[in-house]
Amino acid sequence: MIALQIQNVTLAFVALLTGAALVAAALLIAKLISPSSYNPQKGEAYECGIPTRGESMARFKVGYYLFAILFLMFDIETVFLYPWAVRVRELGASGLTAIAIFFAIIVLGLVYAWRKGALEWK
Amino acid sequence: MQDLSVGTAWFHTFLLGFIPEWAAVTLECLLIGVGLLLLYSVLALFYILFERKVCAAFQCRLGPNRVGPWGLLQSVADMFKILIKELISLNHTDKFLFALAPYLVIIASMMAFAVLPWGNGIEIVNFNVGIFFLLAVSSIGVLGILLAGWSSNNKFTLIGALRSGAQMVSYELSMGLCVVTMVVIAGTMNIHELCMAQQHLWFIFSGHIPAIIAFVIFMIVGTAETNRGPFDLPEAESELTAGYHTEYSGIHFGFFYLAEYLNLFIVSGVAALLFFGGWMPLHIPGLDAFNQVMDYIPSVIWFVGKAVALSFIIIWFKWTFPRLRIDQLLSLEWKYLLPINLFNLVLMVIVVTFGLYL
Repeated sequence: MIALQIQNVTLAFVALLTGAALVAAALLIAKLISPSSYNPQKGEAYECGIPTRGESMARFKVGYYLFAILFLMFDIETVFLYPWAVRVRELGASGLTAIAIFFAIIVLGLVYAWRKGALEWK
Repeated sequence: MQDLSVGTAWFHTFLLGFIPEWAAVTLECLLIGVGLLLLYSVLALFYILFERKVCAAFQCRLGPNRVGPWGLLQSVADMFKILIKELISLNHTDKFLFALAPYLVIIASMMAFAVLPWGNGIEIVNFNVGIFFLLAVSSIGVLGILLAGWSSNNKFTLIGALRSGAQMVSYELSMGLCVVTMVVIAGTMNIHELCMAQQHLWFIFSGHIPAIIAFVIFMIVGTAETNRGPFDLPEAESELTAGYHTEYSGIHFGFFYLAEYLNLFIVSGVAALLFFGGWMPLHIPGLDAFNQVMDYIPSVIWFVGKAVALSFIIIWFKWTFPRLRIDQLLSLEWKYLLPINLFNLVLMVIVVTFGLYL
């Protein structure tokens, strides 16, 4: 609310551009004043000092994927709680019953994931 | 308590006396951008020094004390040093994503930074869904970290990025639920109104038990979100060299470093906003003289002071708790914090509907 005449969306966009400008400007300065020398060894991956074996953009543990899926479900459910949370006083009893049912479904989902062993790191 | 938006409104009308409306708005946007940039860099420099000094104090060392008085210019020297380091271009990276990742990380923290309530009337981006917007933009940072790890084409960075992704994504859930809990008592998501709602008493006092539980969870989650302290396993040096930013050199690495410290400030700022009134001075109902005296301290000092004090606690964690393993980390979130958080939300709803808050 710096000046009421500027829209918030514009200000958020200004912040976005500022972030991009910070990175771009610092990179430009670094490119201008930093030294550079060529050495074939520099281009290699920093792993063990010996040439890398195999593909590095490889398959990874499926456990990470499982937690990403769980996060997606619970986060969307949390997002649905926000509009109700703002109006919890005005909505009163009807709002409470509605959200209680919704809340029970979230808890049920968590219990199901827990019982299925999705929360174990194997 | 002086409302600083009066000053900015005066500045706007002052500008309109000389130049047309569009030029004034453009100039103001430019000034805001420059201000954000300066604030961002100065805070990052301050935080790097602050952390090193605090760490030194915990380990009975002196910390940096050679460059400038009390080592105050140490981080300026470090930044200059990092700028003159070579940017190494690697052979097997995904060039585009490798270059894009620092942009995402910095932009995410810069946008979250702009939403913080700096003082009475200088909330820069003041959406009516402010706190929700803050959570939304700050989660873009995870994307940058995942891209950095994947595009580097290195096994350490890949593992570091995946760990970091799993950790930040899981803990974001608890952070969202903490925020919902506090939105229930505040009844608004607007940053300015959140501060105004605490003008009689800060939420940590008025929300008593559920607010304190939410605060404790928020501090744990905030530490995990910033990849710090006991939760720094994405960049566990002893196993993964430096985690997702192993392959970045020079200022490219500096961006991740910068964003990490700024995220520390943002998390403490959000904790200050939700639990300690943002820029709102300490008010105690009934003690009018005390409240009057507190109002004389500028709101900007209140906000920055609270945020720095809370980040001191987060830095303290690092020297108190040992690093967690990934299975312990995920079970802490999913089996302890999430159920406690859900229960706490119900508790807060009970407190609010029966009017049990102070």
